[in-house]
Amino acid sequence: MTILVLGEQHGGKVKDSTLATLGAAAQIGGDVHLLLIGSEASGAADDAKSIAGVSRVLVAADAALDHELAEAAAPLIARLGADYDHLLFSSTTTGRNIAPRVAALLDLAQVSDIIAVEGPDTFQRPIYAGNAIATVRSTDAKKVITVRGTAFTKAERGAGSAEVQSVDAGVNNDKSSFVSMDASESERPELTSAKIIVSGGRALGSGDAFHQYIEPLADKLGAAVGASRAAVDAGYVPNDYQVGQTGKIVAPELYVAIGISGAIQHLAGMKDSKVIVAINKDEEAPIFQVADVGLVGDLFKILPELTEKL
Amino acid sequence: MKVLVAVKRVIDYNVKPRVKMDGTGVDLANVKMSMNPFDEIAVEEAIRLKEKGGATEVVVVSIGPAKAQETLRTALAMGADRAILVTSETDVEPLAVAKILAKIAEEEQPQLVLVGKQAIDDDSSQVGQMLGALTGYPQGTFASKVDVAGDSVNVTREVDGGLETVALRLPAIVTTDLRLNEPRYASLPNIMKAKSKPLATKSPADYGVDIAPRLETLKVAEPSKRSAGVKVGSVDELVAKLKSIGAVA
Repeated sequence: MTILVLGEQHGGKVKDSTLATLGAAAQIGGDVHLLLIGSEASGAADDAKSIAGVSRVLVAADAALDHELAEAAAPLIARLGADYDHLLFSSTTTGRNIAPRVAALLDLAQVSDIIAVEGPDTFQRPIYAGNAIATVRSTDAKKVITVRGTAFTKAERGAGSAEVQSVDAGVNNDKSSFVSMDASESERPELTSAKIIVSGGRALGSGDAFHQYIEPLADKLGAAVGASRAAVDAGYVPNDYQVGQTGKIVAPELYVAIGISGAIQHLAGMKDSKVIVAINKDEEAPIFQVADVGLVGDLFKILPELTEKL
Repeated sequence: MKVLVAVKRVIDYNVKPRVKMDGTGVDLANVKMSMNPFDEIAVEEAIRLKEKGGATEVVVVSIGPAKAQETLRTALAMGADRAILVTSETDVEPLAVAKILAKIAEEEQPQLVLVGKQAIDDDSSQVGQMLGALTGYPQGTFASKVDVAGDSVNVTREVDGGLETVALRLPAIVTTDLRLNEPRYASLPNIMKAKSKPLATKSPADYGVDIAPRLETLKVAEPSKRSAGVKVGSVDELVAKLKSIGAVA
């Protein structure tokens, strides 16, 4: 059995989300190849070839593949896919954008966002915002899969020695082009890989309150900052802070939910966290049903005191 | 410019789904159903394009049970011009939905296809991208801003790490994210008017599409429950508790 994993890189390093997808590939078992695309792909090949479990790194270093445009990447991956039994993508916005396009080009169904591997063709995935877990078996000859990063152990760097092979991209894309990227700058850890997350909701009341109350606590804990949809929609923080069914799915060691009621959509994004702490003035808030430790009270009084005492 | 919008009838987003005791699925008997929230945003965007003079006709499609007609009437009441219902009493997987939509796109020749970024029942997030592959149209997924200009459309996408803008040559597919717009409510007069708008009923066979499932659902189970937590009375107790369970140093 051979598995192709689409690798995502940044600044010469393979992203953590890809390491987790390689973890899922290891559970399926077989020969694992990692594909890197775009003009920066060669730069990340050194990092990629040292990852445990990867036997070959394929590099398609073509500028037409920059920014991972699906119209360019999908035909290439579908063409390479002829030689593989499984095509794996991370459940990142990149993987979710490209994978279904590849699946349809190959006339294959896709299994989205798997959280467990039960066999080479059988997987578990959450449905209905994580309120049910479906076990599905793919009857297709090949499997196209996206992998939820928080559910798998990341492959380790340093233990591998893969061969690097360059592949011809053969890309001809006149249908789409990259215009611009407006990146949210943050010095804090990245949300989906952070060990601790401090998240704020509508009760904060303003973006200033995020700066004044949430950020000092996050910095004290070395945590990433997250938010509920309500806080994002109200403009307190940018939308890539959003945790939930429609935002990021996280599973840190510690998740501190502050002024967040705990709607179904939010819980879908964080209920696999190891320890959940909730601070809310409404003792009936649904968040307390999933919180390991809850404190009822005014966040504007509690947070400065908590930040000081930690 | 003609705009095609795909909508899905799903469990209402406020309802907490219950897994059936026999593990075959989620109990949908007597549960409130509504239009998938992302699809409402897609319909709204199409209608705004029409109001701005960018779109001449908005055609809305749903693939599902006969009751999906209600979902289409909702879209017509919001302002869509006509509807196509492709009936199937069994679940249709994203790939088959995309194949049916591709046939409809071939017939209707829309310049823009709008679909939600995912349905809140199966959470697959596949249809728009698959339709892109089958039609050859470019795709602007997870859109928070859509700007049609001449023969192309600029789509601002919500991606991990920020917002990315891409330019797509028309015809193109856009999948809508939450912050694209705030969908309107249909007014009573418009709900009445929608009853007389055209709604064609078709079957997957009319389009020559095989909807046999490729994925077999072996089991649907409840997620493991979290054990009950404790409430503490003060910040000191909270800090002590966190230290005792090793959550903070």
